[in-house]
Amino acid sequence: MSSPEQWTHPEPGGGPAATAAKPTPEQVIAGLRATNEGGAELVELLTPEGERVANPEFDKYVDDIGAEQLRGLYRDMVLVRRADREGNALQRQGQLGIWVPLLGQEAAQIGAGRALKPQDMAFPSYREHGVAWCRGIKPEQILATFRGTQHSEWDPVQHRFHPYTIVIGNQVVNAAGYAMGQRFDGKVGNEPDAEATMVFFGDGATSQGDVHEGFVWAAVYDAPVVFYCQNNQWAISEPTERQSRLPLYQRARGYGFPGIRVDGNDVLACLAVSRWALEECRTGNGPVLIEAFTYRMDAHTTSDDPTRYRLSDELEAWKLKDPIERVRVHLVRSGMAEPEFFDEVQVEADQLASELRAYCFNMPDPPAERIFSKVYAGGNPVLDQQRDEYLDYLAGFEGGAH
Amino acid sequence: MAAPVMDKKVAVPAAPTKLTMGKAINMGLRAAMERDPKVLVMGEDVGKMGGVYRITDGLQKDFGEHRVLDTPLSESGIVGTAVGLAVRGFRPVCEIQFEGFIFPAFDQISSQVAKLHYRTQGMLKLPLVIRVPFGGGVGAVEHHSESPEAYFAHMPGIKVVSCANPVDAYWMIQQAIDSDDPVIFFEPKRRYHEKAEIDTDATPYPLFKSRVVRPGTTATLASYGPLVKTCLDAATAAAEDGQDLEVIDLRTLSPLDLDPVFESVRRTGHLVVASEAPGEVSIASEIADRVQRECFYSLEAPVLKVTGFDTPYPPSKVEEEYLPDLDRVLDAVDRSLAW
Repeated sequence: MSSPEQWTHPEPGGGPAATAAKPTPEQVIAGLRATNEGGAELVELLTPEGERVANPEFDKYVDDIGAEQLRGLYRDMVLVRRADREGNALQRQGQLGIWVPLLGQEAAQIGAGRALKPQDMAFPSYREHGVAWCRGIKPEQILATFRGTQHSEWDPVQHRFHPYTIVIGNQVVNAAGYAMGQRFDGKVGNEPDAEATMVFFGDGATSQGDVHEGFVWAAVYDAPVVFYCQNNQWAISEPTERQSRLPLYQRARGYGFPGIRVDGNDVLACLAVSRWALEECRTGNGPVLIEAFTYRMDAHTTSDDPTRYRLSDELEAWKLKDPIERVRVHLVRSGMAEPEFFDEVQVEADQLASELRAYCFNMPDPPAERIFSKVYAGGNPVLDQQRDEYLDYLAGFEGGAH
Repeated sequence: MAAPVMDKKVAVPAAPTKLTMGKAINMGLRAAMERDPKVLVMGEDVGKMGGVYRITDGLQKDFGEHRVLDTPLSESGIVGTAVGLAVRGFRPVCEIQFEGFIFPAFDQISSQVAKLHYRTQGMLKLPLVIRVPFGGGVGAVEHHSESPEAYFAHMPGIKVVSCANPVDAYWMIQQAIDSDDPVIFFEPKRRYHEKAEIDTDATPYPLFKSRVVRPGTTATLASYGPLVKTCLDAATAAAEDGQDLEVIDLRTLSPLDLDPVFESVRRTGHLVVASEAPGEVSIASEIADRVQRECFYSLEAPVLKVTGFDTPYPPSKVEEEYLPDLDRVLDAVDRSLAW
């Protein structure tokens, strides 16, 4: 692949533009890759080596995070990762139709999820197992979707966590609408019950029209919504460079609201930036775009084979930025956790995995009636007849069993 | 299924002599908004402009910019934010300016609007209405004359209705807003100026029911939206030839209420279905299928369809050829009777 230096723009008023060779697609991609590196624009509070770095702007948003709270964030990430690995294993054993792994994105999700207040609303895509965890949804409740017993098991009103959205980008517009409703309901301001919405999507989604429309709507209605883009570098096999010529967070400027890039593998930074953004929304300053710069360490789903499209060097480089390991190192070095703590979390994780497995094995298949259940709130006589006829048909088999 | 209940009386302008269908929908929207502060009207140009057909005229002035939203030009945005607003507890009424522009919102309608109730097994309700002026006959350019209702009737999880006269328009829009299911509300734009007297104290006819609008004995005509008037005119013309045609206004396209059609066909033995939409894989073909199943021994002739052709909507200078008219309807009746 050519280096970015080989592709240079002609200077305005400089040499004749016609002499500049048109860059090849490879050169374009190489150049764009350069714009997508983290660098100075990235908010970071905890380095990959586990060093706490001062940040005058964002430190105040994590003032309350002492040893106990940091251990809590560590525990969250370990448990969520363990549940995620169990999901992968269950799929491989034929227990789930598919699994969508979050490996590598634990900090991006726990940081954002723990920044949400109970009254806030969250709209996930389909990889947000960590955010779901923070909203009080048990990993068991996510299994139903991927095993195929229910489309969405949890109560979105009780948990203030919308159903997973599979169609890319749909939820971004839905979240903008919900946030408009929060504003119309007078829930924006300095009162303690002020609300905000956070919507989760990936780098690939930023190419969808719905994400653009969500940005436009939120901007013109000052909707209190945080757009939380987890840039995990790959939309199945398509790299971020296939979605944008600009770093994604810079797009916010075109819509007239702030965009910020955070180290998505730094749970403390994700927490701080998310708290700041949610506060901007709650107090009425309108939307914010956060780009959590992270990496999907596993496949897009268990149906995917990332070795076909990405280099192992890339994976190895990102392993050094592991979101859990840096917190572990920091806790140890600063004396905020004893070895027993890590052992306890490990035991707890194993217990969680074991419960998840047992739950999965014992999930009953829904009865045939489920096909027809709750299609309409107000019923539909045509559908009712179809259901009755089908159930009669099933009942006609020996013993009426089906 | 119980009809939505209208328990509160609504202020009505004095002496409502005869109102156009457009004004009737406007009054219906106004009544719903007065009854429930959670009802919002949203769409392109619906505020200050009052909509390109003036259906929302005056609503923003009376209810404010947070109840009547002049939105960005963004159909997926209109329907997609309405989903979020409905989840939040509002009852949004979206206007899609013309039926040919609904397709940018098709994704939101099919992926979210139609499925959230099913996906969550009733934990979320989507009480939103999408108003769509539809159909031809107004001499418009491309994308302003189509009849896309079959796409939506094919979509489980939403309900599809179409009004054909001012009285129904007034009540049906309110009933659609009261429905806890999402409703696509097709308005026959070339009938916006038809007039009728509206008794706002009357008990409304149930929303998801079809209705015999002219009783008869010789043959049955079933239609909806803009062609109901065409069918009634055809029946009047046929009466001069001694034919007594029964006309049924379907009103609800999903769910289809075909019991009155079955009952009628069992008496007449002849059915002609009229619709502006292309006939292949259409509302009309669904009716033909069900009627042959339910009324096989009563039929004296095959069910005949009088529809638009299976082409894109043509340039407007030939739309009179494309659109089923009184003569084509009567020709089909004659063919059926001569079978």
